[in-house]
Amino acid sequence: MARAHSVQRKTATTVACWLVGLVIFFPILWMAITSFKTELEAVNIPPSFLAFDWTIENYEIVQERSNYLRFVGNSILLAVGSTLVGLLFAIPAAWAMAFAPGKRTKDLLLWMLSTKMMPPVGALIPIYLLFRDFGLLDSRGGLIAVLFLLNLPILIWMLFTYFKEIPGEILEAARMDGATLWREIVYVLTPMAIPGIASTVLLNIILAWNEAFWTLNLTTSDAAPLTVFIASYSSPEGLFWAKLSAASTLAIAPILVLGWFSQKQLVRGLTFGAVK
Amino acid sequence: MGRIQLKGVRKAFGEVIIIPSIDLDIGDGEFVVFVGPSGCGKSTLLRLIAGLEDVTGGHIEIDGVDMTNVPPAKRGLSMVFQSYALYPHMSVRNNIAFGLKMAGQAPDVIKQKVEKAAATLNLSSYLDRKPRQLSGGQRQRVAIGRAIVREPKAFLFDEPLSNLDAALRVQMRIEVTRLQKQLGTTAIYVTHDQVEAMTMADKIVVLNGGKIEQYGSPLQLYEKPANLFVAGFIGSPKMNFVTGELARQQGAATIGVRPEHLKIERDGTGGWQGTIAVAEHLGSDTFLYVDAGPLGMLTARYIGELSLHAGDHVSLVPEPARIHRFDESGNALRG
Repeated sequence: MARAHSVQRKTATTVACWLVGLVIFFPILWMAITSFKTELEAVNIPPSFLAFDWTIENYEIVQERSNYLRFVGNSILLAVGSTLVGLLFAIPAAWAMAFAPGKRTKDLLLWMLSTKMMPPVGALIPIYLLFRDFGLLDSRGGLIAVLFLLNLPILIWMLFTYFKEIPGEILEAARMDGATLWREIVYVLTPMAIPGIASTVLLNIILAWNEAFWTLNLTTSDAAPLTVFIASYSSPEGLFWAKLSAASTLAIAPILVLGWFSQKQLVRGLTFGAVK
Repeated sequence: MGRIQLKGVRKAFGEVIIIPSIDLDIGDGEFVVFVGPSGCGKSTLLRLIAGLEDVTGGHIEIDGVDMTNVPPAKRGLSMVFQSYALYPHMSVRNNIAFGLKMAGQAPDVIKQKVEKAAATLNLSSYLDRKPRQLSGGQRQRVAIGRAIVREPKAFLFDEPLSNLDAALRVQMRIEVTRLQKQLGTTAIYVTHDQVEAMTMADKIVVLNGGKIEQYGSPLQLYEKPANLFVAGFIGSPKMNFVTGELARQQGAATIGVRPEHLKIERDGTGGWQGTIAVAEHLGSDTFLYVDAGPLGMLTARYIGELSLHAGDHVSLVPEPARIHRFDESGNALRG
């Protein structure tokens, strides 16, 4: 009786989980399906789910109209570049906060996080003007700087949480062994924190990859990443749902693959330290 | 060489004073144990010597050179931590070699030194393992290997054996003592276990509330405790203390007698009368916890087996020459 009950429960839970998963995934699935429709079928009411003439012409047109690979290149450069620059600052910062905290460290951490609560549009005009005056508009360097600063609080927070878990005595042992501060961070702290750093890097790459507000406002062509590529399909001539879907599918494909292969790391990273 | 001198060393964390002022002179090659109850400042004192904490005042000299503001890496000391603090991502070999690598020694010299240290500590067959693949005792040995391989001026041990089980602790205690004598390197060893202190030390520093209560050889501390605190802390089981009329007759505020210096007499009439509350028979020793009425609970130790049991009446006769006398402020009275 109890056994049957528990099997029932398990089945119900599984079904519920799949339902929730499908609801969350549905827009992405719908987008992928739409990308294989003609423009006419894409706006048909009632929409057809699978029974339509599958076509890849949208992908061909998208590829003809714009150089997809250039956008991908920019996206990779911006996401990876801003993450690497971020690490360079975030690792020492997180080290200091975790192992040599001052009286105001907690306040500092909260203040950093609070900057993420401000709507980015509030900073758009000053940053735009700075970019214009320094000739950074539509430059990869400028955008890397913005993305890096944007995500730095999250990088520091995540690394801080990981570093807190590392026993301070091990770093003290390195110090007693004659390691300078730099060597202590490079040879002892960083290798020990590799799992944490890896998931922080992954999350940061995803955040930077998907960042649309700043990339749309600060670039036009040279430094434009995939977000701009997608946005270009909602043009003044009207919305082209099928082509927009094809472009979006192409844009999220790389990050989807990356996410798929690293989901274990990501989940571990996001819940790290939640349970001792 | 490894002479360590503390001159008026003071440590405070904000408003809280951990160590008011300590002067101490540790000679080259000595094995000195800091012992005291938890929170007495012994670990802090060790960390001050290591340089892992900054002093609030005073000076620390190593071989006559002022090292007060020198970073830990440059003091030429090595430390063994309570948690072992091995580098989990490195093999045993690299753990031991790390300090030598940091010092920029040649790879062949490092290899030779690591293997020598490993042989000394019976670690040769574990060199390529990671710390997580070792037992507690082996990890502790790696931590010691890491300390000795650098040929430091002094070893600092911070309760290194407290994570080991009792049997292993005794074995490691002997190994550490032997190793220190063999190398002739100065060692400072922090423990809260007075048996470890008595067995390992050339000299013991008894700390309480950040102050040195007494500094001397184990037997000096046992035979001539400077005050009530040292008398009660050193020796196991604890010394018996008696106050009141009996103490006043001896010209003291408190008198103390160690359990092993009480002669146990069945149905005796002299000495201190009482009833056995608990009797512990270890074969090698017999411990009696005696309820002596107005004198309180007294502990007596008999070497060998004594067939006495709870409820039996005994009298305890202190050896006159072994009675310690203390004045009102707890300091020992001599003569």
